[in-house]
Amino acid sequence: MSDSKKHTHEEVRLMKGNEAIAHAAIRCGCDGYFGYPITPQSEIMETLMDEEPWNSTGMVVLQAESETSSINMVYGAASCGKKSMTSSSSPGVSLMQEGISYIAAGELPCLIVNVMRGGPGLGTIQPSQADYFQAVKGGGHGDYKLITLAPASVQEMADHTVLAFDLAFKYRTPAMILADGIIGQMMEKVILPPFQPRLTEEEIRTRMPWATLGKPASRKPNVITTLSLDAQEMEDTNIRLQAKYREIEKNEVLFEEVECEDADYLIIAFGTCARVSQKAVDMARAEGIKVGLIRPITLFPFPTDIISKYADKVKSMLTIEMSAGQMVEDVRLAVNGRVPVEFYGRMGGMNPSPDGVYNALMTKLVNK
Amino acid sequence: MTEEIIIAGFGGQGVLSMGKILAYSGLMQGQEVSWMPSYGPEQRGGTANVTVILSDERISSPVLNSYDTAIVLNQPSLERFESRVKPGGTLIFDGNGFHKFPTRKDINVYRIDATEYSLANNTSKTLNMIILGGLLKVRPIVQIENVLKGLKKSLPDRHHHLLGMNEKALHIGMDLIKKVD
Amino acid sequence: MTTNEIINPANLVYAKTKVMNDTPMHYCPGCSHGVVHKIIGEIIDDMGVQENTIGIAPVGCAVFAYKYLDIDWQQAAHGRAPALATAVKRLLPDRLVFTYQGDGDLAAIGTAETIHACNRGENIAIIFINNGIYGMTGGQMAPTTLHGMKSSTSPNGRTVPLNGHPLDITKLLAMLDGTCYVTRQAVHNVAGVRKTKKAIRKAFENSMLGKGTSIVEVVSTCSSGWKLTPEASNDWMVENMFPAYPLGDLKDL
Repeated sequence: MSDSKKHTHEEVRLMKGNEAIAHAAIRCGCDGYFGYPITPQSEIMETLMDEEPWNSTGMVVLQAESETSSINMVYGAASCGKKSMTSSSSPGVSLMQEGISYIAAGELPCLIVNVMRGGPGLGTIQPSQADYFQAVKGGGHGDYKLITLAPASVQEMADHTVLAFDLAFKYRTPAMILADGIIGQMMEKVILPPFQPRLTEEEIRTRMPWATLGKPASRKPNVITTLSLDAQEMEDTNIRLQAKYREIEKNEVLFEEVECEDADYLIIAFGTCARVSQKAVDMARAEGIKVGLIRPITLFPFPTDIISKYADKVKSMLTIEMSAGQMVEDVRLAVNGRVPVEFYGRMGGMNPSPDGVYNALMTKLVNK
Repeated sequence: MTEEIIIAGFGGQGVLSMGKILAYSGLMQGQEVSWMPSYGPEQRGGTANVTVILSDERISSPVLNSYDTAIVLNQPSLERFESRVKPGGTLIFDGNGFHKFPTRKDINVYRIDATEYSLANNTSKTLNMIILGGLLKVRPIVQIENVLKGLKKSLPDRHHHLLGMNEKALHIGMDLIKKVD
Repeated sequence: MTTNEIINPANLVYAKTKVMNDTPMHYCPGCSHGVVHKIIGEIIDDMGVQENTIGIAPVGCAVFAYKYLDIDWQQAAHGRAPALATAVKRLLPDRLVFTYQGDGDLAAIGTAETIHACNRGENIAIIFINNGIYGMTGGQMAPTTLHGMKSSTSPNGRTVPLNGHPLDITKLLAMLDGTCYVTRQAVHNVAGVRKTKKAIRKAFENSMLGKGTSIVEVVSTCSSGWKLTPEASNDWMVENMFPAYPLGDLKDL
């Protein structure tokens, strides 16, 4: 390792969101990364390959032949109780959905990063948030959920990598970082998380007794399977999964509340759209218009309660997304008809500008 | 203080790295910074641009409608960004290959013929540093010493012998830039 | 012999390996899977690696392989076993890691995973059961279904214009630089069983020695899918499958 790669964790560094994820993964004791190149997130694997963590922490990094393979490599690694991850962008994440469903059904912890680009189809390489439904409603087959984190800064790309793994292992369920191309590609200041050693095999055997590491004489075989031909048995699995998701909803909701206390109007936005909306809020506040911003940090579990609370206080709400309007449905469910919930978004790789959000605020809410 | 800058030109003119050096310079003087590129294949020969924000406060949107300063290095970029400079703001252009020129009277327009100079003096490798020097002459948003520190930080060790050449380029740019009335 | 004489350990001539448990198998009479399972169990026992083995089960009839052999198992999505095995072996290089896959799993939906795992030379063993048909889903055409062979999706026999040619994927895998041992065997008679056991043992040893990828194809019967008795299935296999998929080593480095 060259000197330039040795950094103390207190150091403020400037890097892309994608690079921050790679560095954070190494530092938080990730055992394996399996990926396939796709813009706008290829810097994650490129950074890992350049850092060569197999020489420092022992982390395995492998470029697979497809996203299908990547996610199934993660499935194999996670089945061994190993801290494993993959990353991709929208079309690649679509290709992973079968594997993600297996991982959720197998109750395995892992991290999937989606740095979203404009779709549908091959689409563009420009930023998007149009995979919200796919991420939070369960993009593959069957009833399952992903813990979904929505970073809005390079710092959060690093922090969420650590948090996503912690939550995934706490609940034995896959977690997703749902970022957009802007957060992946932009450079900002970041303080990387401290180094944690990778778990030893003994630690894995103690903490994850279900892991398939090889069967000692003292226990029965561990089998990771998602097949139950008996429908009653499969329903029992579903009941257990649903109970877990309710527990996650109860314990793990994260959001940021900005200038909501006296607000007449509320903007709800995540990721880059929350940053853009913040500027629009500043513009409106300068004109004396009382606008607040709620930024969901977890998209599943969704911050339903706080939005519901404000539905009794504000005149109307506006959801801003880089999509045709997906999260707005969850906002409307939280509001349940009490106040109007409007939507403004751009699609296909275009992103709302501060002026665009400000104008939507004025025409759809304030001057309506 | 917040400075919102767009730098735009052809891929290969060093647009993204100029933005990066600026961002590192801001970092060196303890500012909040964001560097948001247009990314992808357009980096390779097409038009590339990067938005750099330096601020003493937390930066909200990395995506902007209008800019305090625009540095445009080709004709399409001038056409795209001239109208988006804030009134009273700054527009810097490298006149090489331009057939239409800035027309706005409510902004400060500067011309820096860095490409022409570089072709004559074989300094193409530091073209973007010459232009950055010009920017710092008319908008001293970061100190030269912080630019050099930032440069050292962003360059791999094997390129550190080029620091002197880059510093010289900054000073060339400071001499080259001219106000257009 | 009296019962007491029979159960006297001194008179023991055969004992089932302890790696194989007593769960009744779901395989049809005459199916090759049971024999190959037993062979694998015996080898794991002989090599003393029961605590050190991770098997990857496929989708297909052998999806339930994990019910019968007492080792740690992962059950992959259809075709993806080599991807899982890749990750497991790379994270746990001192373990014995093998996949157990059928022809649909390995040679159709999992072609990419198979070829790339072999091409990277992953230190895994791949046990490939080729019976030319989709058994589990009810006898549909497989990539290895022979010319003219009937299946529920080629009811009048496989034809080239409609279905293309049978895929000899094992031959393809032997061409790849990452494979160290590629062989084709069958368990239709005692000699065949012995040879297959030797082949799988070598494949497992290669995995532990880090020599690259080993593939043992076992040309197999599917009496239900072929709609033949177990005995007739064996004969049909010898007559029709062996000419298309000749037994023997394709590569042994």
